[in-house]
Amino acid sequence: MSDPEPLHLLDVLIVDDEAGMRAGAERSLEGFTVALPDFGETVAFSVRSASTGAEALEELGARTPDIVLLDYKLPDMTGIDVLAAAPGAADFLTIMITAFASLEVAVTATKRGAFDFLAKPFTPEELRATVTKAARSIYLQRKARRLEEEKRQVRFEFIRVLAHELKSPLAAVEGYMHLMKERMKGPELQAYDQMIERSVTRIGGMRKLVMDLLDLTRLESGRKKRAIETVDLARSAALAADAVAEMAAARKVEVKVDSPASLPLRADPGEIDMIFSNLLTNAVKYNKEGGRAVLELRPAGSGTVSVRCSDTGIGMTEEELAKLFGEFVRMKNEHTRGIDGSGLGLSILRKVAALYGGEVRASSRYGEGSSFELTLRDAEIPAPEADTALKGA
Amino acid sequence: MTSKARMKILVVEDDPDMMEQMRIYLESEGYEVVAASNQKEAEPLIRPGAFGAAVLDLMMENPDSGFVLSHRIKKMDARIPVIIVTSVTRETGFYFDKARDPKDWIKADAIIHKELRFEQLKGELRRLTGAGEGHE
Repeated sequence: MSDPEPLHLLDVLIVDDEAGMRAGAERSLEGFTVALPDFGETVAFSVRSASTGAEALEELGARTPDIVLLDYKLPDMTGIDVLAAAPGAADFLTIMITAFASLEVAVTATKRGAFDFLAKPFTPEELRATVTKAARSIYLQRKARRLEEEKRQVRFEFIRVLAHELKSPLAAVEGYMHLMKERMKGPELQAYDQMIERSVTRIGGMRKLVMDLLDLTRLESGRKKRAIETVDLARSAALAADAVAEMAAARKVEVKVDSPASLPLRADPGEIDMIFSNLLTNAVKYNKEGGRAVLELRPAGSGTVSVRCSDTGIGMTEEELAKLFGEFVRMKNEHTRGIDGSGLGLSILRKVAALYGGEVRASSRYGEGSSFELTLRDAEIPAPEADTALKGA
Repeated sequence: MTSKARMKILVVEDDPDMMEQMRIYLESEGYEVVAASNQKEAEPLIRPGAFGAAVLDLMMENPDSGFVLSHRIKKMDARIPVIIVTSVTRETGFYFDKARDPKDWIKADAIIHKELRFEQLKGELRRLTGAGEGHE
């Protein structure tokens, strides 16, 4: 079919012993369509019918429908009996048809998983309205299932890459251990200095990865305990700059903090340190000899601070920039060889920034440098109930 | 150590530590290592007479870097033994086996699965560079 709107058929089974009811319901749904713009679909209905409970079970056994319109009072059994005996009853939506809308029937049917009710006699409009509701519910369910599956795939991919990232340093250290065990460089310990040095570096990288992973997991689960207080961002930035000073000196990169003397924000000091440290570490690591890394802080209205970290480093191509925020994405090119990292730094940065209502924006010029910008707003003070609950636990 | 002229082996590996270990093992076996840390670096090294055998990591900047390099080497000189080292089986469930799938699409003489055992690499190199032995 070449319809611009794809037309999807939902399979409806009508179970009623009155021929007039069956024919009427079939006519009401014939040519009837439901537009579901949220899902980009238009739904039509194909109708089957059964006049007894036994026939209904036969139809249900042959093929599971999407929707069942089920009369309560059938010649050989009740609609509830049909539901109880139906194969795959969890896979279709049931609309119960009752001649007398009795509360008791409604309760029992609901327990058996009936989705909705129609009280006899009903108009074609009432039937269509009920079926429309059912169709929407079916598509919502399907969408939820699809999202769940996608989430599972993302998790799976994350674990696969994580395993690889943990295995590489392990293999490297294991290899050096074997070389040392076999005394491949003779009996003198000094001959193995470089192997030991490299092993220590790789294990350090692994430790960093595990720590970053823990940070990320705490942030994602929302279980991280936050200690919100008034933090002087100017001081936090200076401390973060001190922490990267040694690395910067080794790489001959100048680090500068450009900020008013004092800049208070309601925040968790640990989280602010994560933000500034991640920004500055990247700006120093992906820099060039003689380069600069500048962390700028500016007040931007009450309880709001804008942050910008720029460097005169190696920069990124458009293509690299586009995949920058992916987990375990580390730019691999001739400039980044020998730069260690967990590949989780920017994922962490983005998640922490989100706690302050900030979105991280990156821009870059290949060979000239990169710049990261975000806006931080006063953190919400956590509800006192949550606090006592935590203490009680 | 052999007394004859040392055979050159092209080693392409993107993990600097694995490269270093490979170098130590191969040199201890009397080979000389020509090193490249990725596909791009290795390509200009593929010249006649530059090396007598090659040991290639499979996944480097491209997931099939090893296969591409192997193809280039075999096109230049089909007699040069090529060993591909890979952990691709563990990570993707994808399995390469010359014995079970002897088709020519994999242009390599041996595929060694990581975690690489150097004894195995040594054995394969000896077998493939064995003096006077013909090639298929």
